[in-house]
Amino acid sequence: MLTNISTVLRTCVQRNGTAAVASARSYADFTPQASFEIKKCDIHKLDEAPATEVVMTREEGLKYYRTMQTIRRMELKADQLYKQKIIRGFCHLYDGQEACAVGIEAGINLTDHLITAYRAHGYTLTRGGTVREIMAELTGRRGGIAKGKGGSMHMYTKNFYGGNGIVGAQVPLGAGVALACKYQGRNELCVSLYGDGAANQGQIFETYNMAALWKLPAIFICENNKYGMGTSVERASASTDYYKRGDFIPGLRVDGMDILCVREATKYAADHCRSGKGPILMELQTYRYHGHSMSDPGVSYRTRDEIQEVRSKSDPISMLKDRMLSNNMASVDELKEIDVSVRKEIEDAAQFATTDPEPPLDELCNHIFYKEPPMDVRGTNIWSKLKSIS
Amino acid sequence: MASMRCVLRFGRNAASVVLRREFHRSAPAPVQVTVRDALNQAMDEELERDERVFLLGEEVAQYDGAYKVSRGLWKKYGDQRIIDTPITEMGFTGIAVGAAMAGLRPICEFMTFNFSMQAIDQVINSAAKTNYMSAGRQSVPIVFRGPNGASAGVAAQHSQCFAAWYGHCPGLKVVSPWSAEDARGLLKAAIRDDNPVVFLENELMYGVPFEMSEESQSKDFTIPFGKAKVERQGSHVTLVSHSRYVSHCLDAAAVLAKEGVECEVVNLRSIRPLDVDCIEASVMKTNHLVTVEGGWPQFGVGAEICARIMEGPAFNYLDAPVTRVTGVDIPMPYAKILEDNSLPQIKDIIFSIKKTLNI
Repeated sequence: MLTNISTVLRTCVQRNGTAAVASARSYADFTPQASFEIKKCDIHKLDEAPATEVVMTREEGLKYYRTMQTIRRMELKADQLYKQKIIRGFCHLYDGQEACAVGIEAGINLTDHLITAYRAHGYTLTRGGTVREIMAELTGRRGGIAKGKGGSMHMYTKNFYGGNGIVGAQVPLGAGVALACKYQGRNELCVSLYGDGAANQGQIFETYNMAALWKLPAIFICENNKYGMGTSVERASASTDYYKRGDFIPGLRVDGMDILCVREATKYAADHCRSGKGPILMELQTYRYHGHSMSDPGVSYRTRDEIQEVRSKSDPISMLKDRMLSNNMASVDELKEIDVSVRKEIEDAAQFATTDPEPPLDELCNHIFYKEPPMDVRGTNIWSKLKSIS
Repeated sequence: MASMRCVLRFGRNAASVVLRREFHRSAPAPVQVTVRDALNQAMDEELERDERVFLLGEEVAQYDGAYKVSRGLWKKYGDQRIIDTPITEMGFTGIAVGAAMAGLRPICEFMTFNFSMQAIDQVINSAAKTNYMSAGRQSVPIVFRGPNGASAGVAAQHSQCFAAWYGHCPGLKVVSPWSAEDARGLLKAAIRDDNPVVFLENELMYGVPFEMSEESQSKDFTIPFGKAKVERQGSHVTLVSHSRYVSHCLDAAAVLAKEGVECEVVNLRSIRPLDVDCIEASVMKTNHLVTVEGGWPQFGVGAEICARIMEGPAFNYLDAPVTRVTGVDIPMPYAKILEDNSLPQIKDIIFSIKKTLNI
C-alpha cells in the first residue's frame, strides 16, 4: 500500500517536472544496504582470497549503476557517430567491460593513479573526465579533453596517464608512476591495465621483475576479454592463467563481469600494496561486445551465439540491476529514470561534440614541448614558418 | 584462357610450370589491379615458388591480415607457412631473423611500422649488421614489410614515417613502392634478395587500382633496387618523391601543365640504395629540384637528396636551391583539420614549385 501511494505521489511530482523525487522517498521504501555472496577468487601465492560476502549500500548501487550505464550508452553513441563518419581513425569500444572500470575505481581513490591501453573511454570517465569532453575528443573538436589533438587513444586526466596506443608500453609506464609514488612517500598506488593480447609482451615481464624487486605499489590488472584483436587466448598464450604469469608476484583471478567482485578484489589488492608488500596482479575475466575496434566486425573469430550468451547471462549492468531490484534497494522506475537521465546526458554531449568547432590552425604546433619559450616550427616547406607557443 | 591460367597457377607439379610458360606467351592485355592485390599475388607466387618462404605476423593467417593483404594465403598454405603471432614484436622479429639465419626466407609483417620500433634492435643489430660482422659467412635473407607513414585519423603513435630511420643504416635495403606494379615487382625482388629488406607500404594506397602492363604480370617480374622511375617527363622542374606522394606530385604536375609549367616526376621506388644518377640526370635537364615526402624534415629523405645533389655534378646545373616539401615538424594531431595541415597537400607542392621557379 505504501508503495502504491508513493507511486502516485511520484507520478504527480514528475508531472511538475522536478527530479528530486527519488531521494525524498527512499528511506521508508528501500533497503539501505544488503549483503551479497560473490564468487571466490582463484589465488596465486596468497594465503587467503578476498571476502566472498560483501556489503553494498543503496547509494553505492545507484552510483555504480549510473556510471556503468553512462559508459555503456557513451560507447554505443560513439559506435553510431563512427558509422556516420563523424568519429574517424581508431575507436576501441568498452561495452561489456563496464564492471571493470567502475569496480576498480570503487576500490581505489582518485588520488591513486591509473594507466591503461587504448580501450580507454570508460577509464577516462571514471578517472574524472566528463562525457562531453570525451565525446568532443572523439570527434576531434577544441572542447575535447586533449583539445582534439589526441583522439580516442590519447585521453588524459589528473592521475590518469591515458590512453596508450602501443600494446604493452603502458605497463612499464605504470610501474614508473608507482615508483614515483613510493619515492615521494605519498601512500598512493598505481593501477596498470593491459589485455590478454598484451600479456605476452616482454616489457611486461621486465616490469614484473623490477616492481617485485623494488616493492613498488603497483597493481597490475589483466583485462582478459578472451581475444587479442582476432586471436583467441588459446592461440596466443602458452599459459592462459594470466593471474599466475607474474610468477613471483601474487595474483588473483576475478569475475570481471561482477562489479562487486572487482571492487572487493581491488580493495584487497590496494591493501596489499599500501601495506608495503609490493606489487600484486589481478586477472579480470571479462568480455567485449564490440569487435576489437570499429574496423573489426568481431564475428569472424567468435560466434554471434557466444556474444549473445554473454549478453543474456553475464551482462554487468543487468546483474547489478537484478541484485538491486531483488533486494528492494531500488525500484524499476527509479532505474528507468537514471536511464533516461543518462541518455539525455549522452545526447547533450553528442550534440556538443558534433557542433563544437575544430581546433584552430594556430594550435597546430603548440605543445611540442612543455613550458618552452615560443619557437618557430617548419611547415610543409621552407616558406611556411609556423609558431609554437607552449 | 584466363581461367585455365588460374587453374594451372594453383597447381603444384613441375609439368604445369612448363605449361604455364607456354600460356604466358599469349597472356591478356593490361589489367587494373589494386596495390593490395598486387602484394597478395606477389606473396602467393613467391610462397609457391620457394618453400623456404613463409609469412609471420599479427593476424596474418586466420584473420586474412589486418588490412587483408594476406587474404587467402593461410587457407592455401596452412599453419606452417602462414603464422599468426602473439602481440610481441621484439620476440617474433627475433624469431624471424633467426629463422632467416638458419636457411629459411621469412616475410616478417609489422601491422604498421610504428610497431617495428618495439623490434628495431632485431632489425638493425641482428639482421642488418650480421653479414658484415661475420665477413659474409652469415646472411639474413628476410623481408620486413607493412604499412608506413600517416593513415587517416590514427594520431601521433600510429602515423610516423620510417623511411629515413631505416634508410640511414648500412646493411639494409629499403624500398617504398607507389603503384601496384612497384608493389609487385619490388616485393618479389625483396623476397628473392638474400639481404634484409625493409618494405614500406602505405595503407591509403592499398585500395588504389593501377593498370598493370603485360610484362609486370609475369611470375618472374622483379624491379631492381636502386632504380627510380620517371613517371612523367618534364623540362621545367624535377619533382622527386616516394610512395603516396608520387600521386600528389602527378596531380600537381597536371595542374601546372595548364599554366605551361612541365614537371618531371621521379618515383624513387628505392630509398636505399637511392637512385642519385636518375635524379642528377633529371636536374641537369630541368635545373630545378623539389623533393616531396610525408616524413619529417630533419634528417629526412629530402635532406639526403639535397646533400647528394650538392656533392655531385648536378649542383652546377641548379638555378635555385633545392626545395623540400615534407610533413610538418610535429607529432601527428588527431583532429581532421589539424591532420590535413600536417602533411603536404597538392597546393603546398604547387606553391613550392612556383617559389622555386620564381613564378
